[in-house]
This record gives sequence, structure tokens and C-alpha cells, in this order.
Amino acid sequence: MNLECKRVWEHISEYLDQQITTEVRREIEKHLENCEVCSAILDSTRNVLILTADDRTYELPVGYSKRLHDRLEKAIRQIPHPGEHSRN
Amino acid sequence: MQADRQHEAELIQRILAGETDVFHELIRPYEKMAYVTLFTMLRNETEAEDAAQEAMISAFRSLHTFRGDAKFSTWLITIAMNEGRQRLRRLKRAAEDSLEDTVEEPEGDFTPAFLTDWREIPLEALERKELRQKLREAVNSLPRIYREVFVLRDLQGMNQEETAAALGITVAAVKVRLHRARMMLQKMLVPYLKGSVPARKSFFGRLFQ
Repeated sequence: MNLECKRVWEHISEYLDQQITTEVRREIEKHLENCEVCSAILDSTRNVLILTADDRTYELPVGYSKRLHDRLEKAIRQIPHPGEHSRN
Repeated sequence: MQADRQHEAELIQRILAGETDVFHELIRPYEKMAYVTLFTMLRNETEAEDAAQEAMISAFRSLHTFRGDAKFSTWLITIAMNEGRQRLRRLKRAAEDSLEDTVEEPEGDFTPAFLTDWREIPLEALERKELRQKLREAVNSLPRIYREVFVLRDLQGMNQEETAAALGITVAAVKVRLHRARMMLQKMLVPYLKGSVPARKSFFGRLFQ
């Protein structure tokens, strides 16, 4: 680890979100070409995000949607409709 | 997106005018978002499902308070999170969470973990079911303030401004917390991400494809 690596880690999130200036991005990419440690860190962090965004990581319980709408159906019939609040 | 927003505004108008059944259609795109957000807060499937139902009912009840200046999804997620917080308090799990940070620590180790025997992680490794399980566990283990930001940004795909609005924090705090959350997750998951089959090294320009 050196100071340059530390600087790269501080910018990893912004780098992945593409929220850094071209200048910083170039600097980081130049460092990555020669630093396997930082490359690995970047790659594994990116993989965490890919995995997080994967639809299969969080799945709905079986029958969730039906139960939700059944319950809503009942509630909607019991509750005075929300527009009535705003009518004076 | 703009068209969606327009469509939602129309649905809301119809519901408020008395076509209450339209509410089903309005919330359908957000069913999963509500459940997943509550699951990451409550860390229990049954509790999360019940909370998601309650949150949707609350949303119906207070739909007349929705102002078009915020996105409907942001408004809805705020209601879901309030429901989650109430439950946490009720479940007395708040005791556990209140011991946690409520502001970012100025000090602390938020550096990533080294992959000493690193080889590129092939995408096939991400197909492993147990890896997804490990990720859920790791997310659940994050301190609340980091978990909330991570869930809204990286799981729900909300932007920084929406996340800040939903949590009542600044955009700067969103950035700091998100970075730390990601670094903590990277550290926790590295043991499961490494030791994969060696593959050709190439990682530039490969963002979320």
C-alpha cells in the first residue's frame, strides 16, 4: 500500500458512479494499469454492486403479491376514499 | 420516466376522484421495492411482508397528501421506511440499533480488503446462490445508517438527491455513507469472491453491463 493506492480507494465509489472529473479518472486508470491490488479492489467492489442489483439477490416470498393485493382490496373497501379528505 | 410520472399523476387523480381500485395499478411497480427495503430494515421475511402491506395501506390512506414535487416512488419509500422504523421500535430491536452510530464516525477503518491471491472473479462466480445469501447477510450486518443509504442507492437505484430526501440527510452524507457501506461490504465479501477459477484479466470500462 502506498499513498497513491489510498487516494484511489477514497475515490472508488465516485469512480464506479462516474462522478469524478476526467482528470481524476485518468489518474486512477493510470494507477490501475500498474497496481494489481487496487485493480482487484475495484473489481471486487464492482462485483458487489452487480450482485446487489441482480434481481435474484432479493426475491419476494411466494404468493407475496397476491396476499398484498387481497389485503389492499379489503382495506380499500373499509377506508373512506382518500380524495374525500381534500374536499371541503 | 417523464411519461411514467405523468401516468402516475393521472392514476392518482383517478383514485382521489373515487376510482379507488386503481390504487392496485399505481403501486404494482413498487411492490418489490417496498418489501426489499423493509426486509433490509427488519431482517425478517414475515415481518417485512406484513410491514409492506401496512405501508401500502398507509399510502392509500394518505394519498391526498402526496404532492407532485417529489417522485411517487420516493414518497412511497419514505412511508415504507417509517413503517419499518415504527416496527423496529415496537419490536424493541431499536435497543440494538440505538447503540449504533447515528452520525458518521470521523475515525474508523473504511479501507477495502486486499485480495492477496487475487485472480479476476469470473462472472460465473456471481451466479452462485450462496454468494447472494452471503451478500444479504453482509447487508444485514451493516450499521443502520450505512445500510439505509446502500439499500436506497445500490439496491433500489435511487439517485443521490432522492436518497438524501428520503432519509432527511445531505447529499454529502449520502456520498460518505455509501462509500463506507461499499467498502465494508467489499471487505466482508472478499473471502467468498476470491479463490475462483483464474481468468483473463480485464476490468476496464466494464460497468454494469
